[in-house]
Amino acid sequence: MKNNSNEHIIRPPKGLVDIDLPEIWRFRELLYVFAWRDIKVRYKQTFVGVAWAIFQPFITMVIFTVIFGRLAKVPSEGAPYPIFVYSGLLFWNYFSGALTAASDCLVANESIVKKVYFPRLLLPVSTAVTPLIDFAFAFLILVGMMIYYHFTPSLLGVVMIPVLLLISLVASSGLGLFLAAVNAKFRDVRYVLPFSIQILMYVTPVIYPVSIIPPKYQWLIFLNPMTGVINCARSLLLHTGAMDWTQFLISTAVGFGLLILGVTYFRKTERFFADIL
Amino acid sequence: MDKPIIEINGLSKKYQLGEREPYYSLRDEITRILKFKRPTKSREDFWALKDINLSIKQGEAIGIIGRNGAGKSTLLKVLSQITPPTTGTITMRGRVASLLEVGTGFHPELTGRENIFLNGAILGMGRKEIKRNFDSIVDFAEMGQFIDTPVKRYSSGMYVRLAFAVAAHLEPEILIVDEVLAVGDAAFQKKSLGKMEDIGKQGRTVIFVSHNMTSIQALCKKGVWLDKGRIVEIGDMSTLVANYIEHTVNNPNAHGGDNGPLVIKDVCLKNSAGHKTTDYRPGDDLTVEIHYNAREKVVYPSFWIAVTSHYGPMFMASMLYDGSTPTHLQGKGIITCTFPKMPLLPGLYGLQMGVRAQDISEDIVPTREIGLFNIIGDMKDAGFAGANADQMLGNSTKLVIPYQWSLPNGEPRRFQIRSRTIK
Repeated sequence: MKNNSNEHIIRPPKGLVDIDLPEIWRFRELLYVFAWRDIKVRYKQTFVGVAWAIFQPFITMVIFTVIFGRLAKVPSEGAPYPIFVYSGLLFWNYFSGALTAASDCLVANESIVKKVYFPRLLLPVSTAVTPLIDFAFAFLILVGMMIYYHFTPSLLGVVMIPVLLLISLVASSGLGLFLAAVNAKFRDVRYVLPFSIQILMYVTPVIYPVSIIPPKYQWLIFLNPMTGVINCARSLLLHTGAMDWTQFLISTAVGFGLLILGVTYFRKTERFFADIL
Repeated sequence: MDKPIIEINGLSKKYQLGEREPYYSLRDEITRILKFKRPTKSREDFWALKDINLSIKQGEAIGIIGRNGAGKSTLLKVLSQITPPTTGTITMRGRVASLLEVGTGFHPELTGRENIFLNGAILGMGRKEIKRNFDSIVDFAEMGQFIDTPVKRYSSGMYVRLAFAVAAHLEPEILIVDEVLAVGDAAFQKKSLGKMEDIGKQGRTVIFVSHNMTSIQALCKKGVWLDKGRIVEIGDMSTLVANYIEHTVNNPNAHGGDNGPLVIKDVCLKNSAGHKTTDYRPGDDLTVEIHYNAREKVVYPSFWIAVTSHYGPMFMASMLYDGSTPTHLQGKGIITCTFPKMPLLPGLYGLQMGVRAQDISEDIVPTREIGLFNIIGDMKDAGFAGANADQMLGNSTKLVIPYQWSLPNGEPRRFQIRSRTIK
């Protein structure tokens, strides 16, 4: 019948709570269910549906090419502007999509958070999945463009793609977790975030290369975890210049730092979500 | 298992009233800081639960009763780990599933089938478990062909049936249920109650909160009465219910509504001879005598009284329907309502009342339980001499209005509950 492993004590919260990985493993099916739900709902009753994942970055690239590439003549480090900007857009779209979804996940699921117990971490983690699918489709376009422009990526480049995606996931999840917890209490986040993401795009080398920034200020832009990602992608896939690994590591470290910050803050406030939502 | 399956020790839960604002905005917070306002220390501490000590043995079905705001739902939330305790500990020795709401997580765009998996998973059922029970769930909900339509197209009845069907198939060791049975039509409510009874019989531990005194008595032998966050009494369910009703009826400040202009001072049940009693026979007259005090002039108060059973309201008297609302009431007085020849078979019934304002969406006196009464006797007394009549009584409708059979051979046969009231 019952044994001691079923015994479970509920106490008032004290101090920093660590991540209860065994518990998350126990609830892993729910994680799949949340992700599955988001995907299903996304594509139900849509006409464009899947195609949107391709249209949006493609059309954005076209517009940016005309305005920034042709008219404003922004340099593109040797590669044709369209593929230059698209490589940035690809990862940026993942980041902004995942960030937006993660920061809203608690409020969007308010009713279940208030009625059912499950480790709340499951929600923001599940929101990382749909943007991954969008990334996969958008990535196909990149492949198409590389073929069109006769680019062969280095082997390192191909290997690094999942790594870069992982860093984007880490950065967006970290910031997303933090914002999700803040959003539960301060609803401004939902309104401030879209604007902030727009601004953030301009401090990320999506439209322009890192090289147009004077070298002694470049470290500033590398504090943005996505800078490292995008710069590395361009360097290895489009051969736009030698990789500065130090800068890349700084960027990545900030990304992981955000993750730690996000998880800590989230876990600290998690117990009270049902009360403050 | 000798150790109790749930042990609650010194449990208290505090809310700070300041935090109960619906929305907090950063702008407000920043403005407050800039203006050097201290965080409002005058935030009242509201103890939703205080010093709760309770021990529940495996297989017990416990009912929790109390007025609105007594802390019942908070207790369930803490037990379900949705909100943490402020002090105290709770030891649970079994898998818990909580039903605090019907259809938790249902997404309108998904089909019934998809929502079964979604809702089941949210409630804690594994995928295999859901698959195993899938057909049973669809049968219980009587969904059949609609299972592949998006839930947003369902009627509210269908929605609720499906939601409850999923929940009814939970197989935890400890089940926590919050008033979810008050949904659906009478037939479905009956089914739901039956299922809850089965769960109890299977030896699972059930903690149940409801305002329906008759259904809570049917399900639970032991009860806990909460008031203002504290335990008033723990004990036998029927005694508890009787005490609770007596307390709420006789205590003028008991309900929020009683601070209003119209106070219900007492309610008594009388039979046709004018004696106060809670025991009646089938077909007897029932008179409900309401002693009120209108401390200020109250305009157009519409009284209603409903007789309820296990499954919900059976019939009622409503001034809103019949138009006999008085133009005004002032001072003390008595309003009585008589239900002649009640068409009820033997069993336990409840009474509810309320008073609606001229604006019918508002209550002058909110819905409240005002008592219980018994119809005693056996089916023969009631005029039903069928061979299995007494056995069937437990499982069937208790309301019987006059009817007549016409069989292929012979005279029409008329039946109604036999009234012994001498007129």
